[in-house]
Amino acid sequence: MADVRLLGEPFDPAAEIAAFAAAHRVAGGVVSFLGQVREGDGVEALELRHYGPMTLPGMVQLAGAVESRWPLDGLLILHRHGVMEPGDPIVLVAAAARHRRDAFGAADFAMDHLKSDSWFWKRERTGGRWRWVEPRAQDYADRARW
Amino acid sequence: MAAKLVFLGRLEDRAGMPELAVAPGPLDQVLATLDPALAVELLGERVRLALNGQLLAESGAVILDDGDELAFLPPVSGG
Repeated sequence: MADVRLLGEPFDPAAEIAAFAAAHRVAGGVVSFLGQVREGDGVEALELRHYGPMTLPGMVQLAGAVESRWPLDGLLILHRHGVMEPGDPIVLVAAAARHRRDAFGAADFAMDHLKSDSWFWKRERTGGRWRWVEPRAQDYADRARW
Repeated sequence: MAAKLVFLGRLEDRAGMPELAVAPGPLDQVLATLDPALAVELLGERVRLALNGQLLAESGAVILDDGDELAFLPPVSGG
């Protein structure tokens, strides 16, 4: 039931959310989260690397965990890889449910696990130089809430 | 045939390549053929290992066969 995609090209979050909501009309609530490349701090570009044998299978497994935990009508998980510029969408999670609290919980859980548990490696380019970004302690703390 | 080592994230920069074909055999013997500084990084406690796409609980007893792919996975940072 979940729509899980690992994308190498830019996507249109508004169109994705509109299509998702239209496909789940029995759901009274749709919660979505969009992560985009932050502008500022001199960041010129961001790159997300993945590992073919594990990244998408891990995302599908995460979707299964979300669906077994909340009663959802639909779940959407899109994640970019490749080089992105400030303002580009990186990740879109949307959950459709009869009751909004389930949709909020599902999207929140999925994001915390995408941040700290999925097989992505991030680097940023500032001043023409690439630098790998290490996970933050906050990301682990967020995941530990569940 | 050979086995393959795959270096993810910052480990690719350390290795200077995304992957490396190696002769099959016990992992410690395979690593002994690498630059010692790289081998130390690959065995760091925050680096996890996956054999043919499956995460390993223990790296100690890994023996690479022909066609095996062993990935070195540093801490992730997605989203």
